Amino acid sequence: MNKKNKSMVQRRLIPTYIFLIICSLISVFPLYWMIAAATNASLNIARGSIAFGDQLMVNFQHLLNAVQGTLWSSMRNSFLFSTIQTLFTLFACSLAGYGFELYHDKNKDRLFGIILLAMMVPQVATLVPLYKLVSDMNMLNTVWGFILPTIATPFMIMMFRQNSRNFPPDIMEAARIDGLPEWKIFFKMYVPIQKSTYAAAAVITFMTSWNAYLWPKVTMREASAQTMPMFIANITSGYTVDYGMTMLGVLFCSLPTMIIFFVLQKQFAEGITGSVK
Amino acid sequence: MPKVKNRKGMTLANKQLAAGWLFLFPATLLIFIMNFYPIVRAFFISLQTGKGVNMRFADPLFNNYIRMFKDGIFSQSIKNTFLYLIIEVPIMLILAILLAQLLNNKDLKFKGLFRTAIFLPCATSLVSYSIIFKSMFATQGLVNSVLMKLGIISENINFLGTPATAKAVIIIALIWRWTGYNMVFYLAGLQNIEYSVYEAAKIDGATGWKTFWYITCPLLKPTIVMTAIMSINGTLQLFDESVNLTSGGPANSTITMSHYIYNTSFGDGTGNMGYASAMSFIVFIMVAILAFINLKVGDTRE
Repeated sequence: MNKKNKSMVQRRLIPTYIFLIICSLISVFPLYWMIAAATNASLNIARGSIAFGDQLMVNFQHLLNAVQGTLWSSMRNSFLFSTIQTLFTLFACSLAGYGFELYHDKNKDRLFGIILLAMMVPQVATLVPLYKLVSDMNMLNTVWGFILPTIATPFMIMMFRQNSRNFPPDIMEAARIDGLPEWKIFFKMYVPIQKSTYAAAAVITFMTSWNAYLWPKVTMREASAQTMPMFIANITSGYTVDYGMTMLGVLFCSLPTMIIFFVLQKQFAEGITGSVK
Repeated sequence: MPKVKNRKGMTLANKQLAAGWLFLFPATLLIFIMNFYPIVRAFFISLQTGKGVNMRFADPLFNNYIRMFKDGIFSQSIKNTFLYLIIEVPIMLILAILLAQLLNNKDLKFKGLFRTAIFLPCATSLVSYSIIFKSMFATQGLVNSVLMKLGIISENINFLGTPATAKAVIIIALIWRWTGYNMVFYLAGLQNIEYSVYEAAKIDGATGWKTFWYITCPLLKPTIVMTAIMSINGTLQLFDESVNLTSGGPANSTITMSHYIYNTSFGDGTGNMGYASAMSFIVFIMVAILAFINLKVGDTRE
């Protein structure tokens, strides 16, 4: 294609560029505003200031005292719970996806079909019974109560099953002939090959777990067990709202997931679309 | 020839069979305990009244379900949820397909940048963006002060204190948060369509819109069905936004089903688990029916 042609193509794309730029600005602006507001005094924010201010440290001091000073414990809880959740989910779901795909027979396929039905079970429909279950097991306000209902999800099992298709059965046969036991085939051969699947699954599980709100709101009611989404929801529940401090809190809650997003965007995209292939 | 036996007396084939079941056992067990068993139990709890350990079966047995029909707030919450569903899901999905189609142009520059920007809202938690939108649309907030400066309004609008605008803000927020998410699915789907299909269409004289309707949409149908199911499912379970953006108000005009169920079971001073379970069972049936319809519509096999 010659130069003239190229510039013609680009000129015809001008409306597309304009539309995409507008959409991008709308997408990014609220997050920019969150960061700018975190550095401003509440009064300036209400007046509509969107420039950066110099009140970051003041807002930070207020934030440290907010919700009985639980900022750091909430951050710690969120990190701890989400990490443990991710480890358990990856282990249980990859094992299941591997089992369903590489050892599949009629009965297992049927069972897999039943498991997929669990996708239709809304969280709110199981809220009361699960609360009773977790409460009966004395797991309220513990990490186990937090993670148990979502360690195994149909979505994750499906994702690992789909990705297990590219694991060649020949390798398994060869390993068996060499006398490797079944569980060693999984750990020594399957896990290393599936690194990228694990990465995508880890990103998506960590983010979902970090952002969980309804379930912890029900089971993690003690201040010491509170997670970040609960912490920022509690900041705003008062009558007068300190916008600067609130936005700094929201920033704290969003920062880890935003860093993951920027560093591992490819894995994140693969994670959410993971089971469609 | 005798079968090869290992130390424990199992044949190799049996050993493999056992290994397969063993691998899928933990996750499967958890799915049954954490999804299927609670649904069954929710149905039994939904037939009961009372609190805590004093719960017993209601008389008449379906009392909680009868009560639902007379409950103005519950019907309001259904209306709200379906309003969000009917307005938000189509706008969002069409916008997402459109953006994906535009970004799938090989002559376009800065593709990665646009993609990242539009995808970015997904990095925020539901509570976070609810609070951001709540602050932006507050009576003393950014949107009001901008509209004032532009001279469009003469006094501040109480967006979140008026039923119609409060609903609109929730819908705008939902579109903002989820369009990029769905776009990523369509981008993945579009990559499976060979470029030569488009070239052939061009040679046959198909214009941009025609290609979009007659080639892209049919080929993306499985993805469209899946994103529609996910969006419907998600909207029916809307909770974080209702709680944190509007607190369900003013006067329950924006409350969602999940929010009302939460209030009934775990809200301050209520604790009516039986009634909440009855309502949640209805939500379960709605989700199941809608997912089923969607799958039937999307089933392309003749």
